[in-house]
Amino acid sequence: MPPKPAPATPVSTSAVQTLWRAYNDNTSDRLKFVDSFLVFLMLSGVIQFAYCVLVTTFPYNAFLSGFSSTVGQFVLTASLRSQVNPENKNEFKDVSPERAFADFALGSIVLHFFVFNFLG
Amino acid sequence: MPTAFPLPSDLSPATVSNTASLLRIVALSLISGAAIASRLFAVINFESIIHEFDPWFNYRATRVLAAKGFYEFWNWFDPTAWYPLGRVVGGTVYPGLMATSGVIYSFLHALNLPVDIRNICVMLAPGFSALTAWATYMFTKEMKDESAGLLAAAFIGIVPGYISRSVAGSYDNEAIAIFLLMFTFYCWIKALKLGSALFGTLAAVFYFYMVAAWGGYVFITNMIPLHGLVLILMGRYTSRLYVAYSSWYVIGTLSSMQVPFVGFQPVSTSEHMAALGVFGLLQIVAFTQLVRSHVSSKQFQDLLFVFAVTTGILGGVAFVGLTYTGSIAPWTGRFYSLWDTGYAKKHIPIIASVSEHQPTAWPSFFMDLQFLIFLFPAGVILCFHQLRDEHVFVIIYAVMASYFAGVMVRLMLTLTPVVCVASAVAFSSLLDTYVDAAEPEHAEESSEAAAPSASKKAKKAAAQAAAPDTGSTLTDIAAAATPTKKGEKPKTKAIYGLDTRLAIIMNAFGMLAFFVFHCTWATSNAYSSPSVVLASTNADGSQHIIDDFREAYYWLRQNTPETAVVMSWWDYGYQIAGMADRPTLVDNNTWNNTHIATVGKAMSSSEEVAYPILRKHDVDYVLVIFGGLLGYSGDDINKFLWMVRIAQGVWPEEIQEPNYFTPQGEYRVDDMASPAMKNSLMYKMSYYRFSELFGGGAATDRVRNQQVPKVGPTLDYLDEAYTTENWIVRIYEVRKEDLLGRDLKSANAFALGKKRKRSKPVSRRRAIV
Repeated sequence: MPPKPAPATPVSTSAVQTLWRAYNDNTSDRLKFVDSFLVFLMLSGVIQFAYCVLVTTFPYNAFLSGFSSTVGQFVLTASLRSQVNPENKNEFKDVSPERAFADFALGSIVLHFFVFNFLG
Repeated sequence: MPTAFPLPSDLSPATVSNTASLLRIVALSLISGAAIASRLFAVINFESIIHEFDPWFNYRATRVLAAKGFYEFWNWFDPTAWYPLGRVVGGTVYPGLMATSGVIYSFLHALNLPVDIRNICVMLAPGFSALTAWATYMFTKEMKDESAGLLAAAFIGIVPGYISRSVAGSYDNEAIAIFLLMFTFYCWIKALKLGSALFGTLAAVFYFYMVAAWGGYVFITNMIPLHGLVLILMGRYTSRLYVAYSSWYVIGTLSSMQVPFVGFQPVSTSEHMAALGVFGLLQIVAFTQLVRSHVSSKQFQDLLFVFAVTTGILGGVAFVGLTYTGSIAPWTGRFYSLWDTGYAKKHIPIIASVSEHQPTAWPSFFMDLQFLIFLFPAGVILCFHQLRDEHVFVIIYAVMASYFAGVMVRLMLTLTPVVCVASAVAFSSLLDTYVDAAEPEHAEESSEAAAPSASKKAKKAAAQAAAPDTGSTLTDIAAAATPTKKGEKPKTKAIYGLDTRLAIIMNAFGMLAFFVFHCTWATSNAYSSPSVVLASTNADGSQHIIDDFREAYYWLRQNTPETAVVMSWWDYGYQIAGMADRPTLVDNNTWNNTHIATVGKAMSSSEEVAYPILRKHDVDYVLVIFGGLLGYSGDDINKFLWMVRIAQGVWPEEIQEPNYFTPQGEYRVDDMASPAMKNSLMYKMSYYRFSELFGGGAATDRVRNQQVPKVGPTLDYLDEAYTTENWIVRIYEVRKEDLLGRDLKSANAFALGKKRKRSKPVSRRRAIV
């Protein structure tokens, strides 16, 4: 996950830079790929939310399903990321990377089934 | 190693495990059989009939679903309920139960098994109780082991607390909901243990089923977040928690909004906000953890801490702000009534008037759970000893459900599963300790000390003595109870000899045997009555069936036009719609308080006031339940005060509760009854011509044990249409307006007076002329 803009305090700039450097050095390309998808989902969610606040919520179910599709996909992808992260190997003894991807795929299918049903 | 009794030593581990799993399967199927069989008392003693009130609506809706298909059911508008308003059934119902029966019905018919839909509805609850036993087995297996699981399954299979809501014919939402509750919890525990999104998704799907089936889904909606929150606060955050909770919450919340009756509530009411809050908190915690894994400077951690706290506070403020501006609905009255037991009586009498919403009486804990209720705390303590993540769940569940069960009789149902689980853990720990044959090496020295005390006081021994090498948690209790002195060689506590073991095990099995007897007795005597059909015993001990309800409903069905509107108190609305197939003013759905209060007002005011109300609502027949002749205590006169209270809530000037009591504050129906009481429509309809039945003797109301006045009430605006064999149901026809435009009272007086006064005025007139 890329750094969120932390509360703007004088210390933060250097800290954020350190974080960014550490992230770039320690993360494998695969995880960076997953992270880029997460960023995309987050931007999409922010845009939808801004639209809902600024313009209209009118088809509320459509907004909810769109927004939950991004949020849901985000957390499912984040789950996948933490399951395949080699650092978490001890926590997920029973979940191999392949199993994690299968879970991710199933979860996404179920999620989008409901999203599609709710779009209206 | 010495053993207390000889053990076979030539068995391979594979044989042992295969035999064990075969035995487990056999035991589980026997438990399912027992669970189903013990629920059939109602069918055997009475007949295959739908019970009570709500099940009649579910049955009626299921018939529509089976006959016309799902889309018709989904769009079903019922013009006969809540006359003249009607009810959008498809959008105001939890369709899970009907859909389940509909699927089973279609499946069986696809197999060319022409089963009647009624039999499916009657047998659904027993069938699902077998599944509940299995789900409880799976859940308890995660807590301890398979043997505890089997015990829990056996307990939940026959415990009266669950049977009370799931006998054959009790076709209500709870019939399938307890299975869904347990299975959702099982999936959640499994997801948390493995960190698997698969089980999280499964938990969400079963949560969706639960939302579609029962309003009690809110219990899950708050239990799982509470568990997550407690784990975070205990410093037990793991990525597994993140995976399990996130996948459950996102899919579960979205899916729950597909049920029309729930709609947007999951994002707009306070009951659901805890889940959202914990979801947000988890995202923040997860993000913090991720950043911490990359950077570990002190400065940065401070920064993160500030960030997390600020976000938390901002979230809380936003929640409060949104509640005030109205975007999030505040807690509903039903919720408040859980915390303040007097709240409902003051503000929402319609909720308080339901007997199953009353606080639980102490004896019913024993009645419903028997010896499980005192094993339950022991099981919770054993959970504290291990305190893995899933044990935290059981502890929270135990605390919450105990509280709710104390507040409302009906919520005993949610307590029952956790009591079964915790007691099974305690009971199987006891058995594990005492069945285990292992004994420590130096049996000679301490056997004198341990054995006599055990044989004298078996219970005490159970708490104090424990085998050190079983790895059981009782060891810890024993160790905590008797701290060893420093420098001294720790004295081994263990169970020695067969007699000790037998004493405890016999005792334990004795408790189990009594439990089975109690459950059978409670089920057959207390929980198997359909309440549509009543039973009494003849002088020779044979059973006599009192079938007044169906007699009356059938009379309505056969003798009145299909459009005849029947007014009754709301308890009987579903039954009238289901059995008599006539439009009703109010029914058990109770969505419109004013409409119910209107009926209450009509019942509790005098005839002159009630008549315009009846005419305005096109009422053709009024139906009252009267138990005075037979001693049936659930009749309308006993419910009358609730009608008065509900009416008073809407028309405080016209209806006042104190008017219905005697000046001494008694609720009487005899000569001393207050004028408001005597003039009320309900009183008149109940006691109309009642005293004639006693042929001049003292007419006694057997429910209230009071003598009603010899001269009974008269009715001017209603005609008695039908009274059943035992007078339980009385039906009155509302008179139409007088043809000559007189009010009915004077018309009546005229009709009567003509006969009685004919001689005198005529003669006087003649004298004048």
